[in-house]
Amino acid sequence: MLQETNIKTIDKVVIRFAGDSGDGMQLAGNIFSNISAGEGNQISTFPDYPAEIRAPQGSLSGVSGYQVSVGKEVHTPGDRADVLVAMNPAALKTNLKFLKPDGIIVCDGDSFTAQNLKKAEYTTDDPVSELGINPSKIMLVPMTTLLKSTLEGSGLDQKGMMKCKNMLALGIICWLFDRPVDGVLKKLQAKFAKKPAVYEANAKVVKAGWDYGHNTHSSMPVYRIETSAATPGTYIDVTGNTATAWGLIMASEKSGRPLFLGSYPITPATDILHELAKRKDLGVKACQMEDEIAGVCSAIGASYAGNLAVTSTSGPGLALKSEGIGLAVMAELPLVVIDVQRGGPSTGLPTKTEQTDLMQALYGRNGESPICVLAAVSPTDCFEMAFNACKIAIEHMTPVILLTDAFIGNGSSAWRVPEADEYPEIKVPMVTPEQLAAGWRPFDRDAETYARYWALPGMDKGMHRVGGLEKDFNTSVISTDAKNHARMVSARREKVARIARDVPRMEPMFDKDADTILLGWGGTYGHLLTAAAELNASGVKCAFWQFRYINPLPENAVEVLKSYKRIIVAELNTGMFADYLQMHLPGQEVLRINKVEGQPFLVSEIVEGVKRFIETK
Amino acid sequence: MEDIKTTGYTPADFKNNQNARWCPGCGDHAILNVLHKAMAAIGVAPKDTAVISGIGCSSRLPYYMNTYGMHTIHGRAAAIATGVKTANPNLTVWQISGDGDGLAIGGNHFIHAIRRNIDINMLLFNNKIYGLTKGQYSPTSDRGAVTKSSPYGTVEDPFIPAELCFGARGNFFARGIDITLDITRDCMVAAARHKGAAVVEVLQNCVIFNNGIHSYFTDKEERADHTILLRHGEKMLFGKNMEKGLVQDGFGLKAVTIGEGGYTLDDILVHDAHCEQNFLQQQLAMMDGHSLPVALGVIRDYSAPTYETEVSRQVEEVRAKKNYGSLRDMILKTCESWTIEARNQ
Repeated sequence: MLQETNIKTIDKVVIRFAGDSGDGMQLAGNIFSNISAGEGNQISTFPDYPAEIRAPQGSLSGVSGYQVSVGKEVHTPGDRADVLVAMNPAALKTNLKFLKPDGIIVCDGDSFTAQNLKKAEYTTDDPVSELGINPSKIMLVPMTTLLKSTLEGSGLDQKGMMKCKNMLALGIICWLFDRPVDGVLKKLQAKFAKKPAVYEANAKVVKAGWDYGHNTHSSMPVYRIETSAATPGTYIDVTGNTATAWGLIMASEKSGRPLFLGSYPITPATDILHELAKRKDLGVKACQMEDEIAGVCSAIGASYAGNLAVTSTSGPGLALKSEGIGLAVMAELPLVVIDVQRGGPSTGLPTKTEQTDLMQALYGRNGESPICVLAAVSPTDCFEMAFNACKIAIEHMTPVILLTDAFIGNGSSAWRVPEADEYPEIKVPMVTPEQLAAGWRPFDRDAETYARYWALPGMDKGMHRVGGLEKDFNTSVISTDAKNHARMVSARREKVARIARDVPRMEPMFDKDADTILLGWGGTYGHLLTAAAELNASGVKCAFWQFRYINPLPENAVEVLKSYKRIIVAELNTGMFADYLQMHLPGQEVLRINKVEGQPFLVSEIVEGVKRFIETK
Repeated sequence: MEDIKTTGYTPADFKNNQNARWCPGCGDHAILNVLHKAMAAIGVAPKDTAVISGIGCSSRLPYYMNTYGMHTIHGRAAAIATGVKTANPNLTVWQISGDGDGLAIGGNHFIHAIRRNIDINMLLFNNKIYGLTKGQYSPTSDRGAVTKSSPYGTVEDPFIPAELCFGARGNFFARGIDITLDITRDCMVAAARHKGAAVVEVLQNCVIFNNGIHSYFTDKEERADHTILLRHGEKMLFGKNMEKGLVQDGFGLKAVTIGEGGYTLDDILVHDAHCEQNFLQQQLAMMDGHSLPVALGVIRDYSAPTYETEVSRQVEEVRAKKNYGSLRDMILKTCESWTIEARNQ
């Protein structure tokens, strides 16, 4: 038994699992975050993987990481890790920078072979001293040796045994954080239900890892992680991309319109296509088209035919879809475009995160082409915002771009499965038989929303033509009349502006009467929220608001912002949202904290940035 | 041909009150009228018909139809029509494209719609020129064609639409001319009856920028000797008095005159549009009016599973098997979950 004195209680912990792409680090991290969530911890995860599918084993470029944070008030996967699990010298070398100065390392000591050291470009045969690691902070576990002795007689060959290495590491982590292995065994049982022999081997190895920690490193402190109270309900661990797919399905259920996805594989958005392709079991028609353009165009066709139509992509794909989106603007058809942003320009950093598509989403089309732009702020918010994007698209008969990003798309957190009646009905502005009988024209508008009505092929007396050419405001037939064009341009603009009536008002968090307000949008929410909490806790007064509605902005946004002396926008680009806000706030200086490194913010970067502005501005 | 009156529709039911804005003498006027007639013969209600076009002269066509329709963006009609049909398989969907729209900017969608075998009727108006942009060469313009963008003649070979269709594993290909009204109408009707992607190439004359490009075989005095109307199950005969026919000659086809060179009527090939193997059909479709007559009518009409039916079938099968009541039901049944109970304060 552990000595009680050796158990320390902590609020939250960050663990980074790093190894070769094939080492199963994500599975180990996933199981740990899942069992922690089951015990009432909040969780946040973030995979950091290379663009190469299988880089050479043991090489620096082949290392992939999976960071999980569990505990109380967890909104991000954490700036730096308390514990680094490194499966080989390359993983140790590339991931050391993500470890806190006093962090603990768990490393496979058997992996320090001459060959591996050479692949990882070490110049000596002692990585620990070469990297300047404090020897008391590293557990060099002879993983291969342990695996062999544990699995002797299991019938597994060397390769099969090595596949269990991730579970050995997980066993050690469970010991380190005072988690019984029962939870892990349950997950493994579910995973390997059809392969009892594989389950047995993995279960043995997890226990062996726990025992190893317990028996050989009892001097290390064991941590107990605090739990926090959450809304009662049924929870699951969900990634942003899966949540996005499900939000669309919820909107289909609440609108009664069948869901159609036209898409083309692109990192990091493809998981949305994967999930919706599976969801044929819920009636979804998910079509992998021949290119990005066909993705959006098939969706536009499906929308004309009356489906809730969606296309999913990332930045380069959004560029290809621009003309199609313009057609949806002109034909005034509901369409949801999901852009899971990645590092750009061009192919850029396909697996890394950025917020650099904002201007493309807002303005990346020819002509006066206003569009509704939304941004999800966390993996679970992807569900909510995908639903909202569909609701706006249908109720206002307009294309909507939903911006998420690689960080929240691939990251996960615990999500309460909504009750059946939790989401509102979506009111479909379907043309009525009375309207049709009275001589309906396709560009007749609702007086309140300015939205036109939806008439579906198959409806009697609803035959009409839409297209990319300008239409007459009154008769809906094509027109090149000068004054009419100006009138239609302003009608389309007004229609998008009136969406603001459905947008939740801006209500700054923390000290709303402070001089300073920290602002962000989209996927940086967790980091900014944590930074704002830290600032206020340390006595630096600072209000905070994260925008989810970019165009239109909340109706009161400009009025609220005018009352602040310092407006600081933190974003993962060179200042796109700051520039956009600046247009709305001509008299005020919008201050900026920017980062364009393909990586999320560190909370510390934001805290320091805000403090600097408060001192100097 | 089926009697038009029996369907209960007349061409006027598919026509709207807009004046067609094509140039006087443009072949598109005739094709539009033929399409109205074909639709009446097909007998699908205007409310169940959708006409989707891209950009170009021919793509103006949906504006002159009393059906559902979309005039979309350049090259994308096939992709948009695919979405319409997949979303609502009950509709009869037509795609209208020219040679530039369908085969240049829209080439990718053209071949993939065919490969996927989506049940749409693809009318390809081929005038071998860009008309709406005022006279540049198109992907079907002959090598050496002198146009505004090729003042010294083109230095590239054209696509032959049929070859592209066969290359994309097309199951239906038919050809008409803007002046052979009945043939073109029959091609359209056959395309609509065919389940799957159906390409009808309509050879069309641009009076302004490419006048007479097809006339070496379409002119009245040339037509009998330089075109052949194919009918499934009938001998492939042509000529003013049907005195000529097609025979197999080694690996290719040859035009012969019956009674000359020892050829008799028995030697003449019988057309088989339904044959799965497409070798001979492709040979027929490639005949260019020089040594062999241009083939008109339905050249290939072979049945295969269609995309939208397969999508719907798969959805229904998986749905019945899994039988989830809702999204929430699916999540609760398939995901590892945990429950947080309400705690007493």
